[in-house]
Amino acid sequence: MCLGIPGKVVSVFEEGGVRMARVQFGGVSKNACLEHVPSAVPGDYVIVHVGFALSKVDEAEARRIFDLLAEMKQLEELEGAAS
Amino acid sequence: MKFLAEYRDGAAARKLVEAITHAATKPWVIMEVCGGQTHSIVRYGLDEVLPKKVELVHGPGCPVCVTPLEMIDRAHAIARERDVTFCSFGDMLRVPGTRGDLLSLRATGSDVRVVYSPLDAVELAAKLPDRRVVFFAIGFETTAPANATAVWLAQKRGLENFSLLVSHVLVPPAITNILQAPDNRVQGFLGPGHVCAVMGTSEYQPIARAFRVPIVITGFEPVDLLSGVLRVVQQLEAGEHRVDNAYSRAVRDDGNPEARKIIDDVFEVCDRGWRGVGTIPKSGYRLRPELRAFDAERLFDVDDIETKESKLCISGQVLKGQKKPRDCPAFGRECTPDSPLGATMVSAEGACAAYHAYGRHLAAAKEAHP
Repeated sequence: MCLGIPGKVVSVFEEGGVRMARVQFGGVSKNACLEHVPSAVPGDYVIVHVGFALSKVDEAEARRIFDLLAEMKQLEELEGAAS
Repeated sequence: MKFLAEYRDGAAARKLVEAITHAATKPWVIMEVCGGQTHSIVRYGLDEVLPKKVELVHGPGCPVCVTPLEMIDRAHAIARERDVTFCSFGDMLRVPGTRGDLLSLRATGSDVRVVYSPLDAVELAAKLPDRRVVFFAIGFETTAPANATAVWLAQKRGLENFSLLVSHVLVPPAITNILQAPDNRVQGFLGPGHVCAVMGTSEYQPIARAFRVPIVITGFEPVDLLSGVLRVVQQLEAGEHRVDNAYSRAVRDDGNPEARKIIDDVFEVCDRGWRGVGTIPKSGYRLRPELRAFDAERLFDVDDIETKESKLCISGQVLKGQKKPRDCPAFGRECTPDSPLGATMVSAEGACAAYHAYGRHLAAAKEAHP
């Protein structure tokens, strides 16, 4: 129910009295309401839930877990080389 | 797809399982709060690749599941009115009430429709001025801003034929309820990522402190879920109990202030019944009194409804992490997704329905009769 899918904002417009965006999810695009994420601009990624953008995806934060995994791997290699 | 496929990477997931195995020296019971997380965990078999010491139990976080039978029957009574167009999310309309699901009312001439977004329901009210359009507004804090915005917009556009039947639920009181139970087993939580994208993380701090449980806000993909488990296990092993954010690409500590503002403008906190659990104080939202013109519960006079739940069903214990779907004698026999007996089987995100969808009932039968 709390399903939220990340998609890329391709355009921003007004419709029926609310701020909307065209958002691309892989090969599919859909409209999503931007009322709660008014700072999103084309090129930003947003998480969309029931037709509403919930939050912007922070690209730097998105990389963190993979940086951590890479560090873990390097550490292992170091330990492997030391033993 | 960006920000999705990379979080399903098998090599990264294996690495995290190794790290969890290395970190866990004692047995720990961790609950994932959200139904979307439960679905992912069972779909990818994450609970089965974790070391035996780390047990995942499934939480109450499926709003479709916990919507009381009484509320579904109330929805039926409203949807049967001749001038009503009744709409909601597809999974809610498919939950059986005492007399079939809401979509089945179409067979007797009722106008019941699936909508993708609450805004579609507002659009219907604009297009159908002679009909009363009722939207069954369910969900956790994640969905509340969307449902609130529908009311705000209907008011702004002067759509007097639009109303909400509200059955909203809140996560923190449900977690507190689980922790207060004398037979609670849960020692740490994977917190609900998208709920916190709206609400932020601050309301979880007092819970973590009072009950000395780590709560790690977690996303929904395998790499997210496993990194959440790792961070809970690390805290448990170190005797710590903090709120941590393992879903920082989507969740800021203060959540989404615009979304929270519209919630506060439209809803107020109220006591709410949870199917399988009972009433939890201050665990839901209802419309503010000044918006009563949009409140279907006030607009439609529905007679007292009497409902009867199955005596076999153990969904209340499953929702609190005390039992697993396989512990239920009815699981996969009397109770299936096609004819569910209780909360955790009625929607795909319920623990019992997820176990059933991914063949766990077959494994259970094999264990019983090898």
